[in-house]
Amino acid sequence: MTAPLLKLTNINKSFGPIDVLIDISLEVNAGEVLCLLGDNGAGKSTLIKILSGVHKATSGTVGMRGKIVDFNSPRDAGDHGIATVHQFGGTFPLMSIGRSFFVGEEPKKGWGPFKILDRKRANDIAVKAVRELGITRIDDGDRLVGGLSGGERQALAIARAVHFGASVLILDEPTAALGVKEAAHVLRIVLQARQRGIAVIFITHNVIHALTVGDHFAVLIKGAKAADFRKGERTREEITDLMAGGEHMAELEAEIAAYMASHDGHPPPVAE
Amino acid sequence: MSNQTRRPALGNLLRRPETGSLLGLVTVFVFFAVFGGADFASATGAASWLNVAASLGIVALPIGLLMIAGELDISIGSMIPAGSMAVAIVSGHFHAPILVGIGTALAIGAVVGFINGVLVVRTAVPSFIVTLGTLFAVAGLVLGLSVILTGTTSVGIKAGPEAKWLLGHFIGGTFQVTIFWWIAAALLFGFVLHYSHYGNWILAMGGDKVSARNAGIPTERVTILLFMCSGVSAAFVGLSQAILYNSAQVSAGQSYIFNAIISVVVGGVLLTGGYGSVVGIVLGTITFAIVNQGIYYTGFDANWASLIIGILLLLAVLMNNTFRKLALAYSPARGKSRT
Repeated sequence: MTAPLLKLTNINKSFGPIDVLIDISLEVNAGEVLCLLGDNGAGKSTLIKILSGVHKATSGTVGMRGKIVDFNSPRDAGDHGIATVHQFGGTFPLMSIGRSFFVGEEPKKGWGPFKILDRKRANDIAVKAVRELGITRIDDGDRLVGGLSGGERQALAIARAVHFGASVLILDEPTAALGVKEAAHVLRIVLQARQRGIAVIFITHNVIHALTVGDHFAVLIKGAKAADFRKGERTREEITDLMAGGEHMAELEAEIAAYMASHDGHPPPVAE
Repeated sequence: MSNQTRRPALGNLLRRPETGSLLGLVTVFVFFAVFGGADFASATGAASWLNVAASLGIVALPIGLLMIAGELDISIGSMIPAGSMAVAIVSGHFHAPILVGIGTALAIGAVVGFINGVLVVRTAVPSFIVTLGTLFAVAGLVLGLSVILTGTTSVGIKAGPEAKWLLGHFIGGTFQVTIFWWIAAALLFGFVLHYSHYGNWILAMGGDKVSARNAGIPTERVTILLFMCSGVSAAFVGLSQAILYNSAQVSAGQSYIFNAIISVVVGGVLLTGGYGSVVGIVLGTITFAIVNQGIYYTGFDANWASLIIGILLLLAVLMNNTFRKLALAYSPARGKSRT
């Protein structure tokens, strides 16, 4: 097998004395969905920020297609094909669909200093890209992004990333703020991106959503990778247990076992 | 997709940031045309508000762009007298060629703008505070330097006929030539904001600066350039007034600060940035100028003008909010008339 598209090796990140990420190693292949699961504060967002060039790892390496890469800025990560879509997708609510789609990469026509923004082309491309992802309700590129539903905004942001040639798509809690129907739509779009050979890193704490689209799962607990498994290797209950402080549960079980061992096999008394 | 070109007119109208300000302008104009009588509607009546609108408009345009980009510049209040004093001291007091005086004034505007921009970008202190600081600093500097250099706070300047013709004469005895500079500035800023890709950058910066930077926009450079624009524009207004009135005073221009902000907000620009248009800023400026001057044509006491402006500002903000909500909610009827 060829080198994975994205490979994290022994990533550590500390902010001052606090270790936020401890020895994280992960691999994502093209056309695969990696679900990153974890409770709030488990270090998911720090990990995304390292991948998208916002933070630098304290130690450890990020490799792409077998080569070590070094991101100095989000722009850098973007140039390497890593695109991040945040929970609320479109970040420019008062811009039109066409304009926001091309922020920083505006299509131009004309010559010299009189080059003008090609609004029609921007609108056409943006609308086409979103429709290709199955959002057929959008047909006017002049509509303001703020007027779209949460799912449509996610679709627009994903369409933008795909259009600009992202090979790794990081989705930060894309379904968290959505209703059931809209979430299903976004999940379908995730699968479409995967079908196009894009590596998707899907951050969520919804186990059902993760199991629906994921090929590969990693669970973060307190900054460390607690589990790393492929589709079908764990049941939903096991994963939920793991996420819902599986660690605390294990501690509790160990305490009970210790009590039983020292009390002739009697379980600890239960307070009535 | 050929039906994309035929949009329902209502949607396009609602989406324009200036729709509210157009209604405001029409209301105000009709009001003063009724109460101001024939004098207000005459050429001299038009000149009285156009002249006010022109000088104000030239500073309101860059202020508007700054506000769309999420910043504010109130140092224009002392940049305008700084521009007049610079040209009057250099060309009037020291008799240097007028071009040197004009160059000095514009250069001072650019430098102050640059300092504003760099301070805002580097320190992340809100631009209101930074430019409040430079407002006072520049005012003090102008006053101090004028007294040291000329021994007075009011300097005369006699510009040559070319400079007068270009910057400071009354066309037909009533219309200031500044009106044409204002039109030129509006066309230039309109091109930048609505047709060039820089306009997209400015809108994106006002919408979300972090995302804009992540998308590869050189936000710091654009911010500094916008502050330089407003510094130069304010200096330009100052120097053309000095040339027009043949003299410059240290203290003239503080009223421009709020007048420019009012014009911009009445024109539909969102105070927090990310939304607005040049047409709106122009309409807002005209609305302000009409209220400011129109009152003299009515039988009312001129003291009421501020009351009208205050109410107008509040109404404009409320109306613009309503229109923005409509613009966000508006989408063409689905599933009908689509082929």
